[in-house]
Amino acid sequence: MNIRNIIKMAFQSFLSNKLRTFLTMLGIIIGVFAVVVLISIGQGATKGVTESISSMGANIINVNVFDRKQVMKLKDMDKLASLQGVKSVTPVYSVSTTVKYDLEKARVAINGGNENYMKINNYEIDAGRVITPVDVDYRNRVAIIGRTTADKLFDAENPLDKEISVDGIKYTVVGILKEKESNLMGDSNDTVIVPVTSLMRQYNLTQINSIVLQANSAEESALAKENVQGYLLDRFGNKDSFMVLSQDEMLSILKEVTGMLTIMLGGIAGISLLVGGIGIMNIMLVTVTERTREIGIRKAIGAGRGNILVQFLIESSVMSGVGGLIGVVLGILTSYLITGAMGIRYVTGIPVILGALIFSLFVGIFFGLYPANKASKFKPVDALRYE
Amino acid sequence: MIDLKNVTKTYDMGAVEVKALRGVTLHVDEGEFLSIIGPSGSGKSTLMNIIGCLDLPTSGEYYLDGKEISTYDEKQLAKIRNQKIGFVFQKFNLLPKLSALENVELPLIYRGMSYKDRMRKSIETLERVGLGDRMSHKPTELSGGQQQRVAIARALAGNPPVLLADEPTGNLDSKSGQDVLALIQELSREGKTIVLITHNAEISKEAKRTVAIIDGQLVDNG
Repeated sequence: MNIRNIIKMAFQSFLSNKLRTFLTMLGIIIGVFAVVVLISIGQGATKGVTESISSMGANIINVNVFDRKQVMKLKDMDKLASLQGVKSVTPVYSVSTTVKYDLEKARVAINGGNENYMKINNYEIDAGRVITPVDVDYRNRVAIIGRTTADKLFDAENPLDKEISVDGIKYTVVGILKEKESNLMGDSNDTVIVPVTSLMRQYNLTQINSIVLQANSAEESALAKENVQGYLLDRFGNKDSFMVLSQDEMLSILKEVTGMLTIMLGGIAGISLLVGGIGIMNIMLVTVTERTREIGIRKAIGAGRGNILVQFLIESSVMSGVGGLIGVVLGILTSYLITGAMGIRYVTGIPVILGALIFSLFVGIFFGLYPANKASKFKPVDALRYE
Repeated sequence: MIDLKNVTKTYDMGAVEVKALRGVTLHVDEGEFLSIIGPSGSGKSTLMNIIGCLDLPTSGEYYLDGKEISTYDEKQLAKIRNQKIGFVFQKFNLLPKLSALENVELPLIYRGMSYKDRMRKSIETLERVGLGDRMSHKPTELSGGQQQRVAIARALAGNPPVLLADEPTGNLDSKSGQDVLALIQELSREGKTIVLITHNAEISKEAKRTVAIIDGQLVDNG
């Protein structure tokens, strides 16, 4: 008995029970759909985060200080910069606030840094000038703005030498950033960079909680990190007051977190696929009982146990396979739309799609096995008598 | 062709044992037309199930076409049913979702015949029973007599040496019943071994030889 015939028979049987078949398939459709969507988004997000960390600049080390009593001051920066393996250092402050020019308003992230900030963060200047050590020393109220911010505030006007108001304090625009690719952390082009000292004075800040360093090279990254840790340990006396993370470490932590998230989401979706499988088993048991007489007739005219077993197995796996296919198509469409809306890249997870399809087929076979085996064991005499 | 030797069949119904067949010995020659007559509950259905290899005897020997089959396993029995026996049931037992042609084709599919051969054979057999113009009809679209003729075509398609008919006219009006019996007569003349089971003495007269079964035992064996 060839497969084509059995598959044809399976479809005939589905068509005569359209609603029931659809409802049973729905379990698999939803399961596969969830697997594909959740994993696609998870992978897209992982990719996005990874890219945004990589785009920060090479050989970056992040320092965060948690101590509330002892604080880091600006003078610590010079000491950190003089450590072996360290190329440059910038304190980082970020304030999200409203910026005004004339009648235009925009909510942007104001980033305070020193003269090294732009280089460390991979920013380049398009027009005007960069922040200089003099700006930092004299707390000059100057600002460098991103392309998106410039478009929002100035339209076609040339922003250079115009005064913008940050929370009521005027800053002069001295430079415009070259456009940079956006990433998951937000639009890199919607930003205002000012001297950290000016920002600290404006908001009455005295301590520095966040510092970004750049190592001389990838090879010296570990050395630089070690020296920074040594310095901070000396400075604070305990290692719980601060955290030093290199770019590689951030990447691996994030990868681990998103990887775990993907597995967890995939697992939850997998459970719903399993529930769908139980639905298939349930309906196959009903089908087998309903078709006892048919099984009897088939056996009477020469069908062996194997024929009956294969017939019902194919029926359950065609049901789950078709359900899986529909789920995959819907899943791809949906994750494409969602990743588009979230602004992250859609990652075509061929392994995920294949995996979901194979798994749903497997679910159909696994959960079809018991009903099919039951059907194949019917005695022809008893089955023929069944009304 | 069919040789039963002291065959018994006992059903274990929990508390009691029901002896459906108590030592049946029966011989049917190749090409013979035999009818088995008996009232309901006499064990004739059990006998038919055993002859048709749908069930195995509790004791005794059964030779079909020279082969002792009471020791066969399920797989071998399925093969025997497929190749040696053609069933015609009282209730037709056609698959309602399949067309007449597909119903006739079914035993050939289980035999593993190629599509081309199946088609040729099925169409030929349906034409043989006079349903050449009803091949794509579903059983529900056919009259009782036509359905039974499809069933006979299905039984004949694989060209088995033995045709087993269990009350083939039981669900038919007398005209259709006559047609079906005429068809069976024709098959007998062509040399097919036929065993007809009935409770109706009129119908049993169609056969050249009649045996009666009462309380699980054959009488009038002659």
